[in-house]
Amino acid sequence: MKTLNLAAAAALGLIATMAAADGVVAPADVVFEDGAVEKSLTGAPGNAANGPDIMNKGAGNCIACHEVSALSDLPFQGTVGPSLDGAGSRWSEAQLRGIVANAKEMFYESMMPSFYKTSGYIRPGDEFTGKAASEPLPPMLSAEEIEDVVAFLMTMKDE
Amino acid sequence: MKNIYPLTAIASSFLIALSAPAKADEDAKLVVNDEIEMVTETAAPSHLEGLDTIYSGWTFRTDETQSLQMDDFDNPAFVFVDQAMDAWDKVEGSAEKSCSSCHGDVMESMKGVRAVYPKWNEEAGEVRTLVTQINACRTEQMGAEPWGYTSGKMASMEALISVPSRGMPVDVAIDGPAQSMWAKGKELYYTRFGQLELSCANCHEDNYGNMIRADHLSQGQVNGFPVYRLKNTKLNTAHARFKGCVRDTRAETFNPGSEEFIALELYVASRGNGLSVEAPSVRN
Repeated sequence: MKTLNLAAAAALGLIATMAAADGVVAPADVVFEDGAVEKSLTGAPGNAANGPDIMNKGAGNCIACHEVSALSDLPFQGTVGPSLDGAGSRWSEAQLRGIVANAKEMFYESMMPSFYKTSGYIRPGDEFTGKAASEPLPPMLSAEEIEDVVAFLMTMKDE
Repeated sequence: MKNIYPLTAIASSFLIALSAPAKADEDAKLVVNDEIEMVTETAAPSHLEGLDTIYSGWTFRTDETQSLQMDDFDNPAFVFVDQAMDAWDKVEGSAEKSCSSCHGDVMESMKGVRAVYPKWNEEAGEVRTLVTQINACRTEQMGAEPWGYTSGKMASMEALISVPSRGMPVDVAIDGPAQSMWAKGKELYYTRFGQLELSCANCHEDNYGNMIRADHLSQGQVNGFPVYRLKNTKLNTAHARFKGCVRDTRAETFNPGSEEFIALELYVASRGNGLSVEAPSVRN
């Protein structure tokens, strides 16, 4: 029994070490400063080329609420939030990272979902099934996806 | 310097809130069968602090969808109303009665009923929706089986019973013994459920008139329920819509007929006090 526990502890330790080695910051460990997050969540720069796919339906679905002129090939862009055109000129990379990870840290009571959060929900569900789910839930976007979106947003400069 | 960004953002969201909601045609009037004049826009009831003006969901729809509701021959919901007419006269259950055995002509006896539901029932000591009242009639008076809460038969009967109240103002009582259920419904309305952390108010009070992907957000009024939706070509009940909305916040939803949804229906109906009963309406 003791050996088993030790093995389990060792395995957990290994996972933790691997995560640390990857440099991925877990959702609960993200440090917000005035709503901004200075450090990359993966420890590496994101890939802007992946941004548009993540911002479309099925992943982040950012354009459900935000207009993005650069993605005009994606239909039915929403008007609930502000347009993201020029976001890379209005905000620093750290601020964009903070907003995408958890906008409520910067905008109190923002309607925007918190994409890198795993607990603290009221009646959390199993995605869109309507069935109950136990916390912690998987974050809606991974650290890598958030970095890719941030990298893409940083390319969106005012003309 | 540090505070400039948030302030700018607050200022811009304030501007969005001030701009008028976008509608297909601001001046469109809903008159059904050239006869029933509907109030689709009016002052919000005094209990409603978040809105100045209330709008029927009809005002957010396209010209084509709007016109389908202007004549009962064009309104696909009337196929189901006809079916419910047959059910109204059909003898069922151990008491060998039909609805009409006690209530006679639905167009006379049910006038005004839809406008005041959900409603406190003194004898039962509970708030009853039209659905729970219909099922109480079936089980207690007719000795018949209850219908499923969001079943086709039930939705059709709700539609039929609504027809003689069309054009009358929604006038749901929120005080007296119904008050605690109303307060419970109000709390639910403003609770941010699920992983998306969305309340009813986030979309339907703060963002009506805006687009959320392909959906043009309305105020979520229920004066037109049950509604015929072009999307699924059938009658849809308020509780089925509530269930879908809560599910879409990535939450564990509530069941149709649950105390929570009865409370929510009472509260949401009261937000539409003053709009006309439109049921059965047509939406997209």
